[in-house]
Amino acid sequence: MASKTININLKIWRQKNANSKGSMETYKLDNVSTDSSFLEMLDQLNEQLVNERQEPIAFDHDCREGICGMCSLYINGEAHGPDRAITTCQLHMRKFKDGETIYVEPWRAKAFPVIKDLVVDRSAFDRIQQAGGFVSVNTSGRTMDANAIPIGKAEADKAFEAATCIGCGACVASCVNASAMLFVSAKVSQLALLPQGQVEAHQRVLNMVKQMDEEGFGNCTNTGACAVECPKEISLENIARMNREYFRAMVTAE
Amino acid sequence: MSILDSKIPEGHISQKWTDYKDHLRLVAPNNRPKIDIIVVGTGLAGASAAASLGEMGYNVKAFCFQDSPRRAHSIAAQGGINAAKNYQNDGDSVYRLFYDTIKGGDYRAREANVHRLAEVSGNIIDQCVAQGVPFAREYGGLLDNRSFGGTQVQRTFYAAGQTGQQLLLGAYSALSRQIGLGNVQMYNRHEMLDLVKVDGKARGIIARNLITGEIERHSAHAVIIASGGYGNVYFLSTNAMGSNVTAAWKAHKRGAYFANPCYVQIHPTCIPVHGTNQSKLTLMSESLRNSGRIWVPKKKEDAEAIRAGQLKPTQIAEEDRDYYLERRYPAFGNLVPRDVASRAAKERCDAGFGIEANETQEGVYLDFSSEIISKGKQAAYAAGNHNPSDEEVIALGKKWVESKYGNLFQMYEKITDENPYETPMKIYPAVHYTMGGVWVDYNLQSTIPGCFVAGEANFSDHGANRLGASALMQGLADGYFVLPYTVSDYLAGDIRTGKISIDSPEFLEAENNVKEMISKFMNNNGSRTVDHFHKRLGHIMWNKVGMARNAQGLTEAIAEIAALREEFYKDVFVPGDANELNPELEKALRVADFMELGQLMARDALQRNESCGGHFREEYQDAEGETLRDDENFKFAGAWEYAGMDINQSILHKEELKYEFIKIAARNYK
Repeated sequence: MASKTININLKIWRQKNANSKGSMETYKLDNVSTDSSFLEMLDQLNEQLVNERQEPIAFDHDCREGICGMCSLYINGEAHGPDRAITTCQLHMRKFKDGETIYVEPWRAKAFPVIKDLVVDRSAFDRIQQAGGFVSVNTSGRTMDANAIPIGKAEADKAFEAATCIGCGACVASCVNASAMLFVSAKVSQLALLPQGQVEAHQRVLNMVKQMDEEGFGNCTNTGACAVECPKEISLENIARMNREYFRAMVTAE
Repeated sequence: MSILDSKIPEGHISQKWTDYKDHLRLVAPNNRPKIDIIVVGTGLAGASAAASLGEMGYNVKAFCFQDSPRRAHSIAAQGGINAAKNYQNDGDSVYRLFYDTIKGGDYRAREANVHRLAEVSGNIIDQCVAQGVPFAREYGGLLDNRSFGGTQVQRTFYAAGQTGQQLLLGAYSALSRQIGLGNVQMYNRHEMLDLVKVDGKARGIIARNLITGEIERHSAHAVIIASGGYGNVYFLSTNAMGSNVTAAWKAHKRGAYFANPCYVQIHPTCIPVHGTNQSKLTLMSESLRNSGRIWVPKKKEDAEAIRAGQLKPTQIAEEDRDYYLERRYPAFGNLVPRDVASRAAKERCDAGFGIEANETQEGVYLDFSSEIISKGKQAAYAAGNHNPSDEEVIALGKKWVESKYGNLFQMYEKITDENPYETPMKIYPAVHYTMGGVWVDYNLQSTIPGCFVAGEANFSDHGANRLGASALMQGLADGYFVLPYTVSDYLAGDIRTGKISIDSPEFLEAENNVKEMISKFMNNNGSRTVDHFHKRLGHIMWNKVGMARNAQGLTEAIAEIAALREEFYKDVFVPGDANELNPELEKALRVADFMELGQLMARDALQRNESCGGHFREEYQDAEGETLRDDENFKFAGAWEYAGMDINQSILHKEELKYEFIKIAARNYK
């Protein structure tokens, strides 16, 4: 794998804070290694900006290995950029051409207000989890033995696949309606597929959907963009499952 | 020298925790809402502690610097979590997990703590399953296990290569439930910048709201620090970018002793460094050593040809490959503990057999071709095909590998642009975990009353080397099953105290202390970025306080870091404003603490005239390059007392380690 360097132009969203108006600013960055990740490229730009006594670009990031869900950039019109099944931190500069102009924006959704530059507030996701994304079991050390209830491998694997959601919000950012259905349905599905979660499945789905609506996320119109851009390839099947769970809960509600 | 009181209870090792727990003081349910507890950090230890204490009815305030508690770096743990369930019927037991952990730690951990860890390990799995954590299962519906380094049983529970994620999301769900119920107040995007002591007890923290820059006072009856490890002192590590030592270090500066800072785990299987703009290193899970075989070419000319791009690894014949772990350690083979595997890789690369064509010429192969063939054959037979073609075998084998390690293989391909199903992975050791940390007694309480420290942030369970899949176990053990008991015992003395005021002179002093530091950085007007200094610190640490250390290098490192630190304060430039989101300021405050810590690590490594676990002093090795421990003089945990900005004044205290239930011996994996 021969590494080389490229020169690029960047158009990046700058916004001082939640109350100010933002705009796209232009930057030029030379000698970017094609082995660098997209965020390492931004580090390099920031180093250049600070050395020129300018304020660096604020962006969210942490683990840089695709699992924490913190990074959240809308690159050239796609959540997490042009590659598939990855987060922004796993996008590498070898996906871009020498001389290319790259557009970088924050997630755009009413429920995700911009805090600064490319950083948005995703606490709405936390509040949805707090409304019902759990099994109501206290810490005791006296729950039953972990192997007391066998769970079929197929069901367990499906629950796991749904549980791999990293809560980054790419689904919301990609959706024309800024819907959070893929995110919410992933948690609803994980727990509905497991016997431990089934006990309170009805209450859970009603509470989580209610919170989702209150946060101002849009409705799902089945365009499927969320699943295409999802870095963890969470399946649309989960949305179908959540709808079934929801209707079942509605008709059996006391 | 003072004697550190570890408060280990009397009695037989298997009864200590049970008896002790039965006699701890309690706080009645009606009194718990009157008591405030602060938890700093929301990884496995912090989130599980906050959730459990919230469930009990205490008034909990939890803090994390990320935008959500779900992002703490426990999320990135890949391979698994150990528990002595013996589901595989291969002779596992609480004693054996205890023994493996003590031995893996090279006889530098405290017996009683480790035994307790092994005792509660099974409860952790039960608790997590009850929470809906989707562990991997077998076709019969029961939980699956795999092996990790330093053991000869299969006791590791896992969820593909995302075990940490699943466990953290389990703890996060329990925490979310308590936040929803109002028992826990969550402070996202907040960073603890000082510990407040009133009458000698930990009574609160000073935190910075990272969005508004506001400096806030928060009081409590007890403070739990679960802020993770300090591997980022090396700049490049497998830690998250934001992982830092600041919360733990502030407690240290306020009087908590810091133990064994030189014990650092260098993980053998990480993706090698690609260039100078690299920001972090990515781990390839130890679980891969269940299926992958590590090798370098036997002939130096082959290694040279590979580096020059004239040969591919797949062109090296079987007999020309040196599977050096299998050669040197036949009993454990590729599953020797991490410190042993890392040093062996370094030994081969130093001898000129490295395969990566970068500046350092470091790197070895992790090869899955044998496993692909053997699992492919098994799969064909299981499907009734007793005469499969080579192509069928390979296709089925790849499918099996994908089902076990799919996400890791994908991650590898995205980073390196090479397909590990077709060609072996290139790997090299990298800083991963820190065994050292804040000294705590059996209650996980530091030398400051009311300041408890849990998870990677404390020093307690892993000795000089942590075994794979034990970090997740310790984090959850501390938070779910230890702190709720020991913190309650401490708080039983506080039921009449009443709310702790934030208007005391102690809070004012701490707040001013923080504001002064921030204003110093904002007005410094130097010429270099924070990263510039952090990278230089990392360079010194990796070269002189890294995988192999010696007295000369360590002495140089102490002086070099002191000089770098002076330059940092003089010449660092922090742009922007303190009253808004300012990542450069956040980094500057963290690097300031890393500088002090780095010096202390070098001092600790210099005083420890022996090799043990992850601490390898070149002067102390046997003829075969194995570590030479000195039990007569160094069978102690070294706990440092802060004595002002000049780290050379820090004072060493020793906690003698007593082995009553395990016979101390040379560690042997041959």
